[in-house]
Amino acid sequence: MTTPDRPRISLLGTSALLFEAPGAFDLPHQRRIWALAATASKWPGIREAIPGITNLMLTFEMPPRELDTLIAALNDAWDAAEGLAIGGREIRLPVTYGGEIGSQLRSVADHCGLSVDDVVAIHAAPLYTVFALGSHPGYCYLGGMDPRITMPRRQTPLQRSAGGSVSIGGSQTGVSASPGPSGWHAIGHTNWTFFDPSWPTPAALAPGDTIRFEIERVIR
Amino acid sequence: MIEILSVTGPASVQDLGRFDQYRFGVGTSGAMDDVALRAGNIVLGNDENAAGIEIPMLPFKLRFDRDMAFALTGADVEAEIAGRAIPPWWRSHARTGDILTVKAMPRGARLYLTFGGGIDVPMVLGSRSTQFRGEFGGWHGRPLQPGDILPCAASIATIGDLGVEPAEITLARPNAAADETIVRVVIAGEHDRFDATTQALFWSSSWKITPQSNRYGYRLQGPAVKPKAPIEKRSHGIVPGVIQIPPNGQPIIQMRDAQTSGGYPKIATVIRADLWRVGQARLGRKLRFEQTAYAEALAAEAEMSAYLDRLRTNVRLIAEIRTCR
Repeated sequence: MTTPDRPRISLLGTSALLFEAPGAFDLPHQRRIWALAATASKWPGIREAIPGITNLMLTFEMPPRELDTLIAALNDAWDAAEGLAIGGREIRLPVTYGGEIGSQLRSVADHCGLSVDDVVAIHAAPLYTVFALGSHPGYCYLGGMDPRITMPRRQTPLQRSAGGSVSIGGSQTGVSASPGPSGWHAIGHTNWTFFDPSWPTPAALAPGDTIRFEIERVIR
Repeated sequence: MIEILSVTGPASVQDLGRFDQYRFGVGTSGAMDDVALRAGNIVLGNDENAAGIEIPMLPFKLRFDRDMAFALTGADVEAEIAGRAIPPWWRSHARTGDILTVKAMPRGARLYLTFGGGIDVPMVLGSRSTQFRGEFGGWHGRPLQPGDILPCAASIATIGDLGVEPAEITLARPNAAADETIVRVVIAGEHDRFDATTQALFWSSSWKITPQSNRYGYRLQGPAVKPKAPIEKRSHGIVPGVIQIPPNGQPIIQMRDAQTSGGYPKIATVIRADLWRVGQARLGRKLRFEQTAYAEALAAEAEMSAYLDRLRTNVRLIAEIRTCR
């Protein structure tokens, strides 16, 4: 389970199992995760197959008596998985960087040895891909952040962070869909509706969609 | 219908939870003590997943706007209706206009109030549970307030008073101490990233439940347990019961309103058969973790199910005996 080029599979109690792919945090690996999710979600006894960032959580309808069969099936399916290219839609999201909600913009700049303007320019440059949904209703984890603006998660998570916060956590970035606790650093905010339980599909975005952040304003 | 007259703290409408919406970032919600909610529904002849009210703080008072059966399960309780006391883990009957007053919870952290037929709020994404973060489900996606009038589904006619043995007694752990809750856990992905001394510290310590503990998670206080080297994981799915270790070394147990994913290292996961014990542990109480194997965790779940099966059988037998008379 610890061989570097093999997946890591671990238990989340008796209600779920976590599969972590070896290799880089990049789109080709994520496409294989999407393919694995599509396969595993059809297996008997699996309630849901939930992609994370180059990993996959399987939740159980009923916990399996023994896990070896499932683990072997996951390993085989991973080896067989061809990347699933999802052609999503592109969203443009205007962002106000800094200010009260994006109060960590300066800390990220200081931590990374960059100016505030550099952080904003670097953050807004890429076309991000929605890798996975998670955390809270409608929240998207994005792939494609420039590693120069990486900042470790908080020592102690905040009890409450604002809805619409554009944040950095480790080498990842994302936008919160509603207020709540967070271990990430908010550098800006956006006004957009990411989730509505009355929609046929409650989340506005799906894995494979792309996001471009537009710099609406920078509050220094 | 029932009308909330007074409420303290975030009381909410909960069923067993919302279990198949993780891929949209929607967590389970649901009763923090699912065993108590199930039992409360079983004694009323309800579907086990019927919605009830989870009450974390007292006093709490409500008025019945029609005759109906109700039950109190979960924490130990001092309650009365129309001048008579209602013991804990008890089913009783209310008449139109009766006021139920719940005054104190001598033991435990959450009380469940269930009603014949269940609270009839709309199913949202497959559940009646309140999703606080998403502000949907339950009663308008929010905690209950005085003046709220909750609809109840039609229920069967008068059924007599009935008490049942609390889960805490039937499912008591042999090594339980009065001042400590012992919960069984299965080790998780990053357990091996802590050295042997730190692992030993995690198992041997008594962890205090801090005031920053709620339906999202229990933040614990004790000696710092830190991995051999800092760990920044890529975000992945997590479930209620997962014990994360943020960089400060103070564990957080993810509870029913937890985020559906995270990246802090995970040392262990509280097994489903013991998560309700955490839900009933008050702020300031101590928790201790006991390592268990996957197979033993399944056996513990079977024991919990057997308790609920016996309860269901007994309630049915008593109903039959009463009908025969």
